[in-house]
Amino acid sequence: MTGSRLPVGAALVNRVLGGGILGRTPFARLVVFTVAVFVSMTLLVGSDRFLTTANFQSIAFQLPELALLSFAMMLSMLTGGIDLSVVSVANLSSIVAAMTMVHVLRGPAGAGGDAIAIAAGVGAGVCTGLACGLVNGCAVAFVRVPSILVTLGTLQLFTGLALVLTGGQAIIGLPDSFQWLGNGTLLAVPVPLWLCAAGAAVMAVVINRTAFGVEARLVGTNPIAAWFAALPVRSVLVRTYVTTALVSSVTGLLMVSRANSAKADYGSSYLLQSILVVVLAGVDPAGGSARVAGVGLAVFALELLSSGFGMMRLTSFATELAWGAFLLLVMVINSVLERRGK
Amino acid sequence: MTSRVRRLFGRHEMVLLGVTVLLSIVIGALNPAFYSLQNAFDLLKTSVPLGILTIGLLVVLISGGIDISFPAIAVAGMYITCTLAIDVRSLDHLPALLAISTAIGLALGLFNAVLIHFFRLPALIVTLGTASVIRGALLEFVGTRTITNLPPSIIAFSRTNLFEATLANGASAALTVSILFFAGVAIAVALALRYTVIGRGAYAVGADLAAAERVGFNVRRIHLFVYGLMGALAGLVGIIHASIIRNANPLDLDGLELTVIAAAVIGGASITGGRGTVTGALLGVALMVIMDGSLVLVGLPSQWHQVFIGLVVLVSTSITALRTRSARAGEIAR
Repeated sequence: MTGSRLPVGAALVNRVLGGGILGRTPFARLVVFTVAVFVSMTLLVGSDRFLTTANFQSIAFQLPELALLSFAMMLSMLTGGIDLSVVSVANLSSIVAAMTMVHVLRGPAGAGGDAIAIAAGVGAGVCTGLACGLVNGCAVAFVRVPSILVTLGTLQLFTGLALVLTGGQAIIGLPDSFQWLGNGTLLAVPVPLWLCAAGAAVMAVVINRTAFGVEARLVGTNPIAAWFAALPVRSVLVRTYVTTALVSSVTGLLMVSRANSAKADYGSSYLLQSILVVVLAGVDPAGGSARVAGVGLAVFALELLSSGFGMMRLTSFATELAWGAFLLLVMVINSVLERRGK
Repeated sequence: MTSRVRRLFGRHEMVLLGVTVLLSIVIGALNPAFYSLQNAFDLLKTSVPLGILTIGLLVVLISGGIDISFPAIAVAGMYITCTLAIDVRSLDHLPALLAISTAIGLALGLFNAVLIHFFRLPALIVTLGTASVIRGALLEFVGTRTITNLPPSIIAFSRTNLFEATLANGASAALTVSILFFAGVAIAVALALRYTVIGRGAYAVGADLAAAERVGFNVRRIHLFVYGLMGALAGLVGIIHASIIRNANPLDLDGLELTVIAAAVIGGASITGGRGTVTGALLGVALMVIMDGSLVLVGLPSQWHQVFIGLVVLVSTSITALRTRSARAGEIAR
């Protein structure tokens, strides 16, 4: 009744936010949150410094790694699990890829130039990811060890193997043209951002438009019901963890290319950040939900925050503090609003 | 009779004890230095912080929760207390410092419990958030520099030994006094889990929260107890850790949560709650510490360390999963 008397603009806002200043859906709240971060960073840093092409260019190069790892994390949470090994899979794949490239370049096939080395390296890296995913998936699906424990073990195992392979040293001397993947631009847009957009599109299609996506959602909502409904629960789980690991290994390739070297302990802070992003995006860690757009938006908001903090000369510790506080705040707000909704 | 023997040897703790003894024999055969008194005391010393934290986490796991913020809590307790003791010299007495650090830990643990209980939020995500808030706040507002000139009472504590011996070869071996804290915590928690309402309640809540609520367990009190205890023990460990490594580094202990979870789970605690024993946790700690300290003794480079830990976690959790399943199948068959 009151709705009809509202002006068109207010009605539209009301529609988008679903009523209430903070919105009724997690996605609407996330939009509000992102806009709030954007506005406050612009005001605090000053628009002349914050709203620059250079700043957004640097965000565009930094964001894809975390976004891709978050997509991988989101997929594992869709089935009600968690994959703590994402970063270690990325690092192990990147090390295998880098070692292969260096080996091929130095070997007799080196005459073939960068192209052969890159193809061999990328192939080896992706195969490593596939193998890692199979280990995780089979342990979760067939031995039925809780995913948090499986991936806790493989996190140590894969990181350990990466350390053994490299002896803790960074691998350098990669083919020059490989840097294009992490540092180049295509049609004025950074290549990593293209890769990230492609990843998001594939994720969205797989989750929302394929039988696998629906099955994964059902397994995550209620694994016992899915089992009694004769869904191929085991195969869904194996495919979930393989896909998660493949996305992680592609991220690993991106990380090698951007840093132009590979090391066993790159990006270890990404693990907690990716969980944070997925939860901020409104994904239920208990399973059954996935939000590709939400994850994209959450990563963007957090990158805005950390670049703003960087410009205000705040330390990375302040950023860590802010991220954790936001995570807790968002969850508390979601919890309070949900209970009021009931 | 045979069934009792079979049950005794079929228990997870017995399997674990067998593996630990076997591992010790293999390591000792490869390097007899493993059997020295000095090595034994060193291993015990290393096991104190890991052991106390594992026992704290065991109680959390039994109640069906998880906590990954305790390394941050331990560091916060340690660093704030040491900073305070250097500024305010009159505070520099060991009991006072232990009390302050434990109180800081207790407060932070209760904060976790409030978020987890009253807002019904998943413990993994809550403690993930509080861990980054605690670490971020500590480094941003308290300090980032490692304190190397520890308060004198902590240094005195680190030099206090329960038992000292001069060996035949002239070297000396000493058993740190902090082992008493470990023993005290282990005994107290074992008794509490077995004989108190709150301890039995932790098992009940972990096995089935709704059922435990209906039979009248005070779930709020149990949640406050398990996370509060975890925090308090982390605070205690903070000071012990500082005394062992003789400095207070606010960036320290990062990633320790994974080792502690691994030790508890190897010890047979169920990540889904309702199962776990102090004996199992102690054996899990022993296995981790022996492996950790002995790979170098048998001549394996330290890089292999993580590979082994990962494999042990995978194998032991797989065995637990398979055994639970065959046990359930047996129950159904009967």
